[in-house]
Amino acid sequence: MKICVLVKEVPDAAVTKRIDPSTGRMDRSGEKNLNPYDTHAIEAAMQLKEGGELQIDEIVAVTMGPESAVRALHKAVSLGADRSIHLTDPVLAGSDVAATGYALASALGQEEPDLVLLGQQSDDGECYTIGAVVAEHLGMPSLTQVVKMDVTGEAVRCERQAEYGYDTVEVRLPAVISVGDAINEPRYPSLKAIMGAKKKPLQTLAAVDAGIDTSMVGADGSQVRCGEFRAPPQKAAGQIIEDDDTNATVGKIVAWLDERKLI
Amino acid sequence: MADILIYALHHEGTFNKNSLGAITEGARLAAETGGQAHAVVVGQEIPDALAATLGDYGAAKVFKAEGPEGLAQPVVDVMAQVMEENGVQYALFGGGLVGFEAGAGLAARLRAGVTMEVTGVIVEDGKLIAQRPILGDSAISQSRYRDKGIIVGRLNAFEAKTSGGSAEVVAVEAEPSPQAARAVIVSRGEQRGADVDIEGAGTLVAGGRGLGNADGFGLLEELARAFGGNTAVAATRAVVDAGWYPYAGQIGQTGKTVAPKLYLAAGISGAIQHKVGMQSSENIVAINKDANAPIFEFSDLGVVGDLNKIVPKLTEAIAAKRGA
Repeated sequence: MKICVLVKEVPDAAVTKRIDPSTGRMDRSGEKNLNPYDTHAIEAAMQLKEGGELQIDEIVAVTMGPESAVRALHKAVSLGADRSIHLTDPVLAGSDVAATGYALASALGQEEPDLVLLGQQSDDGECYTIGAVVAEHLGMPSLTQVVKMDVTGEAVRCERQAEYGYDTVEVRLPAVISVGDAINEPRYPSLKAIMGAKKKPLQTLAAVDAGIDTSMVGADGSQVRCGEFRAPPQKAAGQIIEDDDTNATVGKIVAWLDERKLI
Repeated sequence: MADILIYALHHEGTFNKNSLGAITEGARLAAETGGQAHAVVVGQEIPDALAATLGDYGAAKVFKAEGPEGLAQPVVDVMAQVMEENGVQYALFGGGLVGFEAGAGLAARLRAGVTMEVTGVIVEDGKLIAQRPILGDSAISQSRYRDKGIIVGRLNAFEAKTSGGSAEVVAVEAEPSPQAARAVIVSRGEQRGADVDIEGAGTLVAGGRGLGNADGFGLLEELARAFGGNTAVAATRAVVDAGWYPYAGQIGQTGKTVAPKLYLAAGISGAIQHKVGMQSSENIVAINKDANAPIFEFSDLGVVGDLNKIVPKLTEAIAAKRGA
């Protein structure tokens, strides 16, 4: 069985995110990291491989993005992926979520995976959508925010929380599953794994290599155009207390609550 | 003139409140363009009389198909067919997980543009423009569509209003796509954990990942007892998924929406999916050790510190105050 894990490079959570006014796109320069939600997907793949009940031949990390996105792939292989694929091409820049999903599906299709895993959302764009787009192009069933997965040779039994409580869904493989952050506790890579990451095979694909119809990607191929950014109505900033002396802090909280008759 | 198709999520004889809000919003928008709003329901033997009630919220027609509930791909199959056969340009969803999945799948199927987490929609030259908060709600971006547009609302973005209408129910049959045919819903809506009531509480003490483990909720239960009266303990999705607290006590995207007099959040970072369920609370107090936590952007009183040190002393102080 082959598992492909979709990963994404996102701005480090500590770096302030901003829109580049000249392009209307998110400024993705600055410090980058592997999307923290994706580490759960890699861990889920590793646990299937190490579980021993299934023969997992290969775990392949796949990303789309500029040159710097290689770092997300290095992190993914240091966490256990066997090799990685970097889909990168200037024609892909500015793709919206639907175009990105189409491009990724093209690269994934060539791999013929039995299972595609990804994180429940990206830390930057707040999208939970890429999995469903990829699945539609691949003609695979899909499910998001899965917190428990039982994989047999032919199917995955998934549990996830939706609008009315927990649902149990059985999907036949191949399938696209986005995993929730409660599914596991991702491991930390060992120093040896970090050092060895650059030695694992990394394949770079241009759009043409992945069989992508370039009229369907990039800013020109995207069906939605975002822009005209403006500030939302501002709520007055709240009061902040730094807790240096807990007794004093608690005194201030109680006084604040008491003033508003909340006790 | 633009017609809008709205998905109505159904569960055990009722339609989702967010779907009803989307129908009201869709009817308003369609009328502004000179078009009509129609609803789609997918389920097992949903009575025509029930489906027709969607007209009260503004649907002109209700396209009704037999299919499994709680899965997105069967909804994509039906909506794609209805949109193509009837020349519908836009689809609107009221938010929620199935709406996000179906909206994304539909965009791929129809080669449409899609926007998630939409909080407002306007009409310009007969076309819809979706407004979406981005970058932790610090800016609002406008989405324009080349042709077809799929708009997925943020939870509670659209308010349901009744107008007294009744809709014509049209039965549709859509061939399941191969992907839809390969998923089976085994069970739906299982309630995990005790049945806690958080919706009627005047004060809510809520906990997130920052509690460290399930035992952290013990601290919050004690704090809730100190507040006394009409106080309950609530939780974020992440900790409910982790099994630390019952699902019935969950706030946010796939949980409850609350607006108590006081919302005290301990160890909650304030992700959008949580914020949408509690931002209408009258007073928001947050305790978090991370000074950069988004919750401080929308709390009235923010305390940067270790909740393990602060909460027990706060419990004592409130108990003493109430005893005095």
